[in-house]
Amino acid sequence: MREITFAEATMEAMAEEMERDNRVFLMGEDIARQGGIFGQFKGLPQKFGFDRVRDTPISETAIVGAGVGAALAGMRPVVDMHFVDFITVAMDEVVNQMAKIRYMFGGQCKVPMVLRAPDGAARSAAAQHSQSLEAWFVHVPGLKVVIPSNPADAKGLLKAAIRDDNPVLYFENKDLFRMKGPVPDGEFLVPIGKAKVVREGRDVTIVSYSITLHKALKAAEKLAEEGIEAEVIDLRTIVPLDKETIFASVKKTKHLVIAHEATKNGGVGSEVAAVVAEEIIDYLDGPIKRVGAKFVPVPFSPALEPLMLPQVEDIIAAVKEIC
Amino acid sequence: MEFSQEQLKGFYRTMYTIRSFEERVNDLFLAGEIPGFVHLYIGEEAVATGVMANLRKTDYITSTHRGHGHTIAKGADLKRMMAEIFGKRTGYCRGKGGSMHIADFSIGMLGANGVVGGGFNLAVGAALAARLMGTDQVAVCFFGDGASNRGTFHEGLNMAAVWKLPVVFVCENNQYASTTPYRTSTSVENIADRAIGYGIPGVVVNGNDVFAVYEAAQAAVERARSGGGPTLLEAKTYRIKGHFVGDPELYRTRQEVQEHLENDDPLKNFRQQVLGANRLTERELAEIEAQVREDIEAAVDFARKSPFPAPEELFEDLYVESGEAACGK
Ligand SMILES: Cc1ncc(C[n+]2csc(CCOP(=O)(O)OP(=O)(O)O)c2C)c(N)n1
Ligand SMILES: [Mg+2]
Repeated sequence: MREITFAEATMEAMAEEMERDNRVFLMGEDIARQGGIFGQFKGLPQKFGFDRVRDTPISETAIVGAGVGAALAGMRPVVDMHFVDFITVAMDEVVNQMAKIRYMFGGQCKVPMVLRAPDGAARSAAAQHSQSLEAWFVHVPGLKVVIPSNPADAKGLLKAAIRDDNPVLYFENKDLFRMKGPVPDGEFLVPIGKAKVVREGRDVTIVSYSITLHKALKAAEKLAEEGIEAEVIDLRTIVPLDKETIFASVKKTKHLVIAHEATKNGGVGSEVAAVVAEEIIDYLDGPIKRVGAKFVPVPFSPALEPLMLPQVEDIIAAVKEIC
Repeated sequence: MEFSQEQLKGFYRTMYTIRSFEERVNDLFLAGEIPGFVHLYIGEEAVATGVMANLRKTDYITSTHRGHGHTIAKGADLKRMMAEIFGKRTGYCRGKGGSMHIADFSIGMLGANGVVGGGFNLAVGAALAARLMGTDQVAVCFFGDGASNRGTFHEGLNMAAVWKLPVVFVCENNQYASTTPYRTSTSVENIADRAIGYGIPGVVVNGNDVFAVYEAAQAAVERARSGGGPTLLEAKTYRIKGHFVGDPELYRTRQEVQEHLENDDPLKNFRQQVLGANRLTERELAEIEAQVREDIEAAVDFARKSPFPAPEELFEDLYVESGEAACGK
């Protein structure tokens, strides 16, 4: 299979969907003239024009709000947040408008809209350009949340998100944009709400997603050298959560570790742990372990940043504590 | 400007419908028949009426927590409105919205909003959609004097201005944001003065004169529809009732309210103008009033007799489950 980068995969998804449906358009800061900070929009305005690939003023509130308004009026907007950190500026639009409008109005309307948000700590971007905030949106009914870990899922999930009639938050890790991987040619969709077992094992289940999935796989390799066979699940979607896949694995391995880059406290790991504890705790042969970032803002210094983030060794240590 | 008899009757019918609907809601609320809380539009009827008379069914509006007047003027069904206010399943939002969240997408009414200033950018987005789809639809955003101090106002006006979108921003300056008098929270004499900051026209109009509102809105809507871009239209009006039903109104005197009621009530103003100029007769007005009262009683009856939502409806309407979305299931 051909190999392309994560950024190219998202670009293909955008181009194919814009080709397929002229209600799809894209807006955000510095996406058209510049091609996006990570090059993920390069060439799109040349193909589709500067009307459908729009540079906006620095007005996050207005960008998301206008996205919702355009969706209500029949378009299918894709809105780029630049950095997920800036979604804070548009929280009312995300939480009180985008997520609630359909329910609040009794199903009269729909909000087929995608919010794309680059996240994650990379190369000393410091506290306000490094966060992973996906867990916030697990708490808000009305949204779907997807978070790919590789180019194929990046493409398949973005296309599925654009075609979904519900508002979808699409988190893309900044360091993954350069990652190369196999992506099928032509039409390729990844269903929202389906996790994937990416490595089979019998001793422990490691649930992860996005960039940390790769750390989980490395940890699994090292653990295998010591005779511990880890099953690794890539969630891919965190709302709605694929409980079926998680439960099937945990019932088999009887041990659970959840690993993500976002702060451990109140993270997606807390939700997965709670759901497992609530529904199938009897299958567990030990406590559930969560691995996540330390409870501090992301520090600038290269001497500190890695200390704050979860590493392969942390995942290994967590597994060894319970296996 | 010359208005036909039909137009004049239409103005009065809309204003009187809003007034009576609101008075009825007020009483029903005090009688304990309406849950939650309600914000009444009494005293501001000429704004919604004068603006909406310039709109087509396919044009969009966004509304506020004080949205009954806008919804009625855009042509919504009184029965479904009243049922929604009662929390009944026959209401516009199947009882999930209530007074503060009425919407009717079939007539371009994109919803009232419980977040002050929440509507600016929805209107901007609807106008952007019209632009991208190549239609000549216009979006009108109603908002209060208080809302004009939110960042959404400034971001929305700038975006609409720089993209020359077909939006009309209609400020209903009713002198108060809840308990806060307008001049204690706002740095300019007129909110319309802020238009200069966005390079768009800012127009002040007497919001208690439906004819003045109509003319000002007509110019703004035409400008928007023909590609001229947005206008900021400020209608000076007065909230005759409390901020919400039950407001103790400690921030103003009874006398102040009484003066407005006696000297600047938009319905009184209208009656004086049309009767004085012999354009409509007392009898014609009375006929309209009788019909409206009947319609409102029918709406109350409908709301009262309608069932509440069933428990299983709690989970309905959250996600779209059908169509293309199915690929995401
Ligand atoms: C973002 C936000 N802040 C505060 C409130 C509480 N609140 C509801 S109405 C209101 C006053 C609004 O004043 P104005 O915009 O002038 O509208 P009016 O009520 O006069 O029609 C306030 C503060 C709210 N609903 N939303
Ligand atoms: Mg006000």
